Amino acid sequence: MSAITDPPKDGFRPSMLIYDSRYRSMTIQVVALMLFMLGVGWLVSNAAANLAALGKPLGFSFLSDPAGYDINQRLIEYNSQMSHGRAAIVGLLNTLLVAVMGCALATVLGVTIGILRLSHNWLVARLMTLYIETLRNVPVLLWIVLMMAVFIESFPRPNDFRGDNATASMYLNDSVALTNRGFYIPKPEFFDGSLIVVLTFLLSIVAIYVFGKWSKARQAATGQILPNGWIKLAIFFVPSIIIYFIMGSPIGLELPVLKGFNFKGGFHMRNSLIALWLALSFYTAAFIAENVRAGIQAVDKGQSEAAAALGLRPNRTMKLVILPQALRVIIPPLISQYLNLTKNSSLAIAVGYMDVTGTLGGITLNQTGREMECLLLLMLCYLIISLSISGVMNWYNESVKLKER
Amino acid sequence: MSFQPYVRTDILPEQAPPSTASGPIAWMRENLFATIPNAILTIVAVYFIFSILHEVLPWVIKSSWAAGSLSECRDVIRETYGPDSTGACWAVIRERYLQLLFGFYPPFPGGEANGSVAVEGSMMAYFRVNLTFVFMLVAIAPLLFNSLPRKMIWFSALFPFLAFWLLWGGSIWPPLMVLAGIALGGVAYGVLSKAVSPLAGVIAALVTPVIWWLLLAGPVAGVLHGIAPIGILDVATDRFGGFMLSVIIGVTGIALSLPLGILLALGRQSDMMFIKAMCVGFIEFIRGVPLITLLFVASVLLNYFLPTGTTFDLVLRVVIMVTLFASAYMAEVVRGGLAALPTGQYEAADSLGLDYWKATRLITLPQALKISIPGIVSTFIGLFKDTTLVSIIGLMDPIGLTNVIRADTNWNGIVWELYGFIALVFFLFCFSMSRYSMYLERKLKTGH
Repeated sequence: MSAITDPPKDGFRPSMLIYDSRYRSMTIQVVALMLFMLGVGWLVSNAAANLAALGKPLGFSFLSDPAGYDINQRLIEYNSQMSHGRAAIVGLLNTLLVAVMGCALATVLGVTIGILRLSHNWLVARLMTLYIETLRNVPVLLWIVLMMAVFIESFPRPNDFRGDNATASMYLNDSVALTNRGFYIPKPEFFDGSLIVVLTFLLSIVAIYVFGKWSKARQAATGQILPNGWIKLAIFFVPSIIIYFIMGSPIGLELPVLKGFNFKGGFHMRNSLIALWLALSFYTAAFIAENVRAGIQAVDKGQSEAAAALGLRPNRTMKLVILPQALRVIIPPLISQYLNLTKNSSLAIAVGYMDVTGTLGGITLNQTGREMECLLLLMLCYLIISLSISGVMNWYNESVKLKER
Repeated sequence: MSFQPYVRTDILPEQAPPSTASGPIAWMRENLFATIPNAILTIVAVYFIFSILHEVLPWVIKSSWAAGSLSECRDVIRETYGPDSTGACWAVIRERYLQLLFGFYPPFPGGEANGSVAVEGSMMAYFRVNLTFVFMLVAIAPLLFNSLPRKMIWFSALFPFLAFWLLWGGSIWPPLMVLAGIALGGVAYGVLSKAVSPLAGVIAALVTPVIWWLLLAGPVAGVLHGIAPIGILDVATDRFGGFMLSVIIGVTGIALSLPLGILLALGRQSDMMFIKAMCVGFIEFIRGVPLITLLFVASVLLNYFLPTGTTFDLVLRVVIMVTLFASAYMAEVVRGGLAALPTGQYEAADSLGLDYWKATRLITLPQALKISIPGIVSTFIGLFKDTTLVSIIGLMDPIGLTNVIRADTNWNGIVWELYGFIALVFFLFCFSMSRYSMYLERKLKTGH
């Protein structure tokens, strides 16, 4: 037995910095801080010396120089006379475009596949497992370049659509052309009076929301349930269609037409965009499907049994009992999949889609030779996107957290 | 009288259940045609499978294995299977599989100057790479399976140096001198911790190897090489490629990112404010940017941060970046495991009087790692898949090689065969890793 000893009374000795656990953590932190400072200082001084030796001190004025290269895929006005900064913004918007499109498609596909994987149908469940395992275990870069190669090699050339005995034909009543230069789809055209139709459509969406609240309040008060789905569907379509015909069909479609060597008119989706979009979505969908499956399985079986005991039908059980609880498990990994998809969209450079990595980290970097500045800005762009997405996630987690009283 | 006319005296033999309750028909009724929507789904799925197989199977079977170019392939297929047949051209795999496996690595080191021609008496083609691969399997085996003798760990510890020497070639002395640095550290610890104090031992164990590597290792290796020139043909890393490159980057990254990730996770959980801030900053920065930007840093920017005139190997730079990248993700996985442990475990370790490192090593970390096995393995799989990104900065990994092969006029226009083969190999690697993690989870399960 060792007797309990009094804490040492004598004053501070230097050796206590190491052997006394009250001070040791302070010592370690100070040493770590010094080493960290020394390391950073060494790296920065090296970088400064090297940059000075090469005669390109750190500076961002090159961003306002004319870029001198073209970007074929752009959401805002841009030409080669505009600045490098403008090119970077065009690239950033392209990144966001493919990220948003990819997240939307990946969610739809992933949720469908995840639910089908839990299906009681043996064959369908196995097929979905096959899809998930195949997609997940092969690098996404391979899917992207494969998709691009398939588009270029397998789809018909615009020339094949020509003549009486054309080898290729357009789809959907001559409105969609799938070629090796990309997809041509109809573009909406707005004539006089189209504004009223659009306004009606927006108003009917507001009406759906108001109706939903009213119907819920009515159900709470009287206990009667209206056929909400059908009424909402009717509000969604009927007013807009009526106004559309009253105004004399002010919105039309501009169809792509074969003119010269290529299709003209309509909306041209370049195959780099399509390949990147589809490959990222298919790949991420496999991960989302697993998250969805795990989330649904995480809901205790007793919950669905209790719902059945209360007399709820299966679809209402799903909607009112299982899904709200499963979503709490599903959403956080879902959002981090969105984050992964956004970061993976930087692989656009492999198929020549001009996202921010392709403009700022690619052509601008090579033309100006400003590696340090370009890469810093590039990382900053992605960091801002990532941090805002994880901010959304934290906000969501906070709002759905189980409130224990 | 004991005559009971209505009581049966012997048990009837069991009868088979009715055919609608068991057997294939019942199974199909239950699993494929339970309800009408289910039956529709089944029919759609069967149609889908049929139409896929109808397209793919003839393409796979009506193929050509022997041809020198894509057009020759198509001619052979038309001759063999009729004028309208199209089929796979596996000849491209047959012609290029060595390149896809080894890149431009010289097959016969020690032969001609560039090592690409076999000379009389030279070793088997690619024996250095193959030998390294076999050694790698031997080195990994004791880590994967407990039943193997524990002494094999020593070989695993030596393997990195052996592998480096076999793959990069050159004199044997530099890797040996690096190893000697570690041994020197051990000796310094042994001597000083007894003679002076344990702390002095630890400091000496950290400082001695660094001084040795920075100042003495190079000259000593030079002198020793002058005395005993033992070495093999050295191979520049721009000749590394194919799956060999993927495995080198992947395995090194996996082996280094786990310990680094554990340290980062412990740092993030630590009470020391500054250490914690450093770890959080590092992890969040790395997780916030795509790997490709870090690879750009490795390829164009890293040299700026080193003293003027220093350059080192691109593959090593890439390995460092990939390791840092994976270790940030690993840290989050391990942190999840640490956070999932009940607080009682930490408190129990404290109440037993264990210090921080003992408690971590003996109590908390083993349990945390066990919980996080699925996450760790999926990080490994992610890392291995991410090695393909090096093709974007110009290294010749399998995807980089597809560009080379498809640019060849003979194989211009080939798509599915080439990518399908690479996808298959990646699938085998990654799928077996995920299966191993399931096995490990079952093996380590201690619940009931």
